[in-house]
Amino acid sequence: MSAKRSQNDGGASSRGSHRAGEPTRVVGKPLRKVDATDKVTGKTLFADDLVRPRMLYCKLLRSHLPHATIKNIDLGPALAMEGVVAGLTGAEMPIQFGILPVSQDEHALALDKARFIGDPIAAICAEDEETAEAAIHAIKVELEPLPTITGIEDGIKIDEPRIHDYGTRGNVHKVVNLQFGDVEAGFAEADHVRDDVIFFEGNTHLPMEQHASLAEWSADRKLTLWSSTQTPHYVHRALAKVLEMPAARVRVIACPNGGGFGGKSDPFNHEIVVAKFAMMTGRPVKVTLTREEVFYCHRGRHPVLMRIKTGVKKDGAITGMHFQSALDGGAYGSYGVASTFYTGALQTVTYKIPRYHFQGIRLFTNKAPCGPKRGHGTPQPRHALEVQLDKIAEDLKMDPAEIRLKHLTPPDSVTANYLKIGSMGLGECIRKVVAGSDWKNKHRKLPYGRGVGIACSSYLSGAGLPIYWNHMPHSGVQLKLDRSGGVAVFCGSTDIGQGSDSVLAYVVAEVLGIDPFDIRVVTADTDLTPVDLGSYSSRVTLMTGNAALQAAERARELVAKAVAEKLEAKVNDIVFADGRVFRASNPDEGYSFAKAVQYAEAKFGTIGTVGSYTPPRSPGRFKGAGVGPSPAYSYSAAVVELDVDPDTGAPQVHKIWIGHDIGKSINPLLVEGQVEGSVYMGLGEAIMEEMVYRENRNMVHKIPSMLEYKSPTTFEMCDVETYLIEDPDPNGPFGAKEAGQGPLLPIMPAVANAVYDAVGVRIDEIPVTAEKIRRAMRDKERGREGRFGPTKFPDVDWGDPLVVPPPWEGGDGKPLEEEALKK
Amino acid sequence: MLRLPNFHYHVPATVAEAVALKAEHGPHASYVAGGTDLYPNMKRRQQEPHHVIQISQLRELHEVRDEGGHVRVGAGLTLTAVHQHERIARDYHALAEAAESVATPLLRNMGTLGGNLCLDTRCNYYDQSYEWRKGINFCMKKDGDICWVAKSSPKCLAVSSTDTAPVAVALGAAIEVTSAKGETRRIPAGDFFRNDGIDYMKKEHDELVTSIHLPAPNGWRSSYMKLRRRGSFDFPVLGVAVFVKFANAKGAAAKDAPVEEARVVLGAVFSEPTIVHGAADALVGRPLTKESIEDAAEAAFKIAKPMDNTDYLLSYRKEMVMPFTKRALLKVM
Amino acid sequence: MSDHRVIPEPPKTVLHMKVNGVRIEEAIRPHKTLLEVLREDLLLTGTKHGCELGECGTCAVLVDGEPVLSCLVLGVACQGKSVETVEGMANGPELHPLQEAFAELGAAQCGYCTPGFLLTAKELLDRDPDPSRETMIAALAGNLCRCTGYLKIYEAIELAAARMRGVK
Repeated sequence: MSAKRSQNDGGASSRGSHRAGEPTRVVGKPLRKVDATDKVTGKTLFADDLVRPRMLYCKLLRSHLPHATIKNIDLGPALAMEGVVAGLTGAEMPIQFGILPVSQDEHALALDKARFIGDPIAAICAEDEETAEAAIHAIKVELEPLPTITGIEDGIKIDEPRIHDYGTRGNVHKVVNLQFGDVEAGFAEADHVRDDVIFFEGNTHLPMEQHASLAEWSADRKLTLWSSTQTPHYVHRALAKVLEMPAARVRVIACPNGGGFGGKSDPFNHEIVVAKFAMMTGRPVKVTLTREEVFYCHRGRHPVLMRIKTGVKKDGAITGMHFQSALDGGAYGSYGVASTFYTGALQTVTYKIPRYHFQGIRLFTNKAPCGPKRGHGTPQPRHALEVQLDKIAEDLKMDPAEIRLKHLTPPDSVTANYLKIGSMGLGECIRKVVAGSDWKNKHRKLPYGRGVGIACSSYLSGAGLPIYWNHMPHSGVQLKLDRSGGVAVFCGSTDIGQGSDSVLAYVVAEVLGIDPFDIRVVTADTDLTPVDLGSYSSRVTLMTGNAALQAAERARELVAKAVAEKLEAKVNDIVFADGRVFRASNPDEGYSFAKAVQYAEAKFGTIGTVGSYTPPRSPGRFKGAGVGPSPAYSYSAAVVELDVDPDTGAPQVHKIWIGHDIGKSINPLLVEGQVEGSVYMGLGEAIMEEMVYRENRNMVHKIPSMLEYKSPTTFEMCDVETYLIEDPDPNGPFGAKEAGQGPLLPIMPAVANAVYDAVGVRIDEIPVTAEKIRRAMRDKERGREGRFGPTKFPDVDWGDPLVVPPPWEGGDGKPLEEEALKK
Repeated sequence: MLRLPNFHYHVPATVAEAVALKAEHGPHASYVAGGTDLYPNMKRRQQEPHHVIQISQLRELHEVRDEGGHVRVGAGLTLTAVHQHERIARDYHALAEAAESVATPLLRNMGTLGGNLCLDTRCNYYDQSYEWRKGINFCMKKDGDICWVAKSSPKCLAVSSTDTAPVAVALGAAIEVTSAKGETRRIPAGDFFRNDGIDYMKKEHDELVTSIHLPAPNGWRSSYMKLRRRGSFDFPVLGVAVFVKFANAKGAAAKDAPVEEARVVLGAVFSEPTIVHGAADALVGRPLTKESIEDAAEAAFKIAKPMDNTDYLLSYRKEMVMPFTKRALLKVM
Repeated sequence: MSDHRVIPEPPKTVLHMKVNGVRIEEAIRPHKTLLEVLREDLLLTGTKHGCELGECGTCAVLVDGEPVLSCLVLGVACQGKSVETVEGMANGPELHPLQEAFAELGAAQCGYCTPGFLLTAKELLDRDPDPSRETMIAALAGNLCRCTGYLKIYEAIELAAARMRGVK
């Protein structure tokens, strides 16, 4: 299909003999995961499963006030209790940390003030967890309450007290204002302009595993931390910084994660606290959070209020889009600056948008900090865009599938905001789900109460830039081959259930022609494995896959040379397959893989190779151009069919058809699993999940429990038909793109659109719950607008925009100078 | 890991021993059968008994006996056992439905009928950890003195969240309790509860619920409807149990027969299961028709006063009283 | 507030039970849940926990063959009983057909809820060797999974059930 497409310039992307479209032996097969057997026998050791001799247990005291000055903390009564070994307050770890260099705003334990209910302010370690828990309650704390900032409106309006003393102003953390072309001119030439305000409530990851960490300190001044983290490299950096340790003496081992979804991507207070305790006591120290504490760690989906104004021609062609977003950030920065940019980044990669203006604002509020959840910052704007497009299609009397198909962003193009698109299989995704769902005979044709809705999306296969500025690779792989024929792969990536360990084995096995289950995979250990930035941004398959591919091809070259010499053959006549290395023209002539490695070891010495991956440079040259670029974009389209009970408003989703442009499946079984899991999580967000607080009751989290935070059970989950579209991308290993996040995105808008098809009401607020549907239905019955949702976007001082002319207006990716703007 | 506080654990051999232990330790003791209500509450320090008296091993509590037409169901039957019991599923369908709708299959394997009848009232200002409750300076049900649901309320507004109790009340069942004095009494289910989130049962603290007596099945019909967000796990945020007895009811003839006796009971909108007298008035003396059902549902809607302390908006829970009552009644038509 | 521990520690009781067919004798305090006894005293960490309040199903084990939540069962309440955990499912080096099918069909992603699902499913197949989707949905409604959307779990149970019935 698109195999002829040239590679992007820049980094060391896929190269060598394994190009997209070639026949494969391992890649593309529905194999089990390399860690599957451990997972079904209970052998997998998650962080809380680890036990060390003389281990102590840690508990954190968290603020019970949403915003307060810490007047005094007296650990005395707690330290006096039998079995209590040590205590800590913020004063002992005054150095700040945070995931982004621009938001180093966290303390391991709050120093002078607490910023939300759940903010850790002191810690105890004791001989057992019960003693630590009891001791926490014995700590005497004097907190002086401060006025609270409860949400977006407050954050914009109330400047004092400031939750943090940095940011744009008052409680405004960040303002973004990027203009690509003259959007007003676009609206002027439109036949129809729509202006919608839509709200997406926050929600959380809810991994089944509660975060846990175990730290150990050795007498030779080395620190080891085992943790349920998706980003051991960033935890490594944070530990070294806060504890003022040489990084070389700090070892972070990411345990298999019992679910991540983005919730274990920040360095956390508890990780630093147990490390400090281990250093203080010389004993191993473990902490396991309770479910309620996991809610306080949060870093989940930002609540986002959005205004989207779009001009279209009669045929649905977009002439311009103005998108505004306001993010309720919670109490800390986390990934929030990136999240803010992401609410404006990917609008352009699905449908042609010739002129685009994005304005985003993130507010600090006294709630658990928001951050990256599956889709990071993009599901909310995607939802708004896809719902609005459904309305536009209706306004223009067009089929919502057709309007999308007609105006797709072309492959191998650059968007108005300078994102470089490679392969683009969205059209095929749409065609598949339209055909599979019998869309044409259902849309607007089903009986009252039943409806279908369609929506599309796109996501990154890894971010173009690292979180901290550097010129080093994003992912590294080392390969060790020894004379036994054994192959070990070392990589810093972290398996959070998505199967990244398996991807490493499959890629290496494919190149070396061996069984993936013969390979040892060693990952996520900062002492043993080369750096990989972490399991976030859907970056692992593409980036570690490419690094593994490079390392494996380098190893293969060494072995091939040695074997060619023995067989007196040409190197390019040597084939690796089925555990043998042999002459292509005469397969009987050759050696077992082990024998081949021995020849290579004899010829070259110990066989070890490395591979690394750096994404290609993106064309944007403006401040903010770092968020959005990716080596490859995945695409998804979904059709949802559901019932709405007319009396109760309760939605019941029956089936979802989803097409996903994966580029190439390294393992279709695992891709399908990621797609189905994304559909599940999207369904939860669409109809029930929400992270809500009681603003009039001291800003307590309303429902910090598995019971009251509604995650869909087997009864709510629907049937799913998955279509994998393989349009290989030259930047992906074997053409592969991401699968873990993108397929979540179309579910929420497709559900909202299906509800409209079913009962004729627009629910412009996520989640689309029974009570909102019923309310809108009642309004409609009474002759009012059948809509539930926000009506206005607050006034914001956006400052002057950064103006970047799009490529087709002669832009070169750089912003216009002030001089040019004046003209 | 969230853990239980310490307590003394007792495993009595008989009901008499159990009630004696309870009498001895007074309010500091709790009975426990399945533990699915008590233990989470203890882990969150909502209840802090010093003595826990295990009763699930008491054989006497596990019997299902026919006593001259009516059926005596032991309080110790698990909810799974209740809904799978052939006789109960046949003659007391609403009770089986209610039992099967409780929580999850795993929890129903543990939780008992008696436990569900005596389920602690629930409120999302109360069913929270100690640390959380500290954030609102506690509430009158535990450690505090205000009701956060309505700050001016003199009494606790925690919600009766049992599925089986509204059915028991609707059926006109009796709850049998045994006291430390060795006395056994049967309390009509309709008199067993009190509309007070703290003091929600009229039994004495030492009295143990040993069984529930179900009336003889003589032609009446019953059903149960439950509002909750998910098909599993969730407690009811509205329950409707109905009981309808037709005059001379026999099979198909019931269609036009006038209703002789009826009870519509609302669960999860007050601190006790609540009989809607107006609904019975609307139903009795007329055949069960769309019109009479509409009137009964209207009566139920009028009295329901859900508060903002469970899942779903309270206005929605109130609105749902109509369709849920109608559907419960349509099921027995 | 009262002391967070409520009362001083009562004495330990000696618990006798069978775990995965092995006789266990362990002195424990009454307030220790079966979950804690399994994980902390017996180091059988295959049983996981997600809330400790009975709200997720992760810690499900079989007690006398019946699936229950080990976070809400006291250790001392298992006196004389027989407990089965994920570690006991395999027959020597042979995986249980459910384990095999879960591995084969990608029913375990992060694997954290997997032990609870496996044991709940095992009891289901003991009762009903050929369960319909509806039956599975009802039987597994007390186990939450955040990764799979349950679909691969159903497929794995169907495959295991077919193999156990001898269907090729």
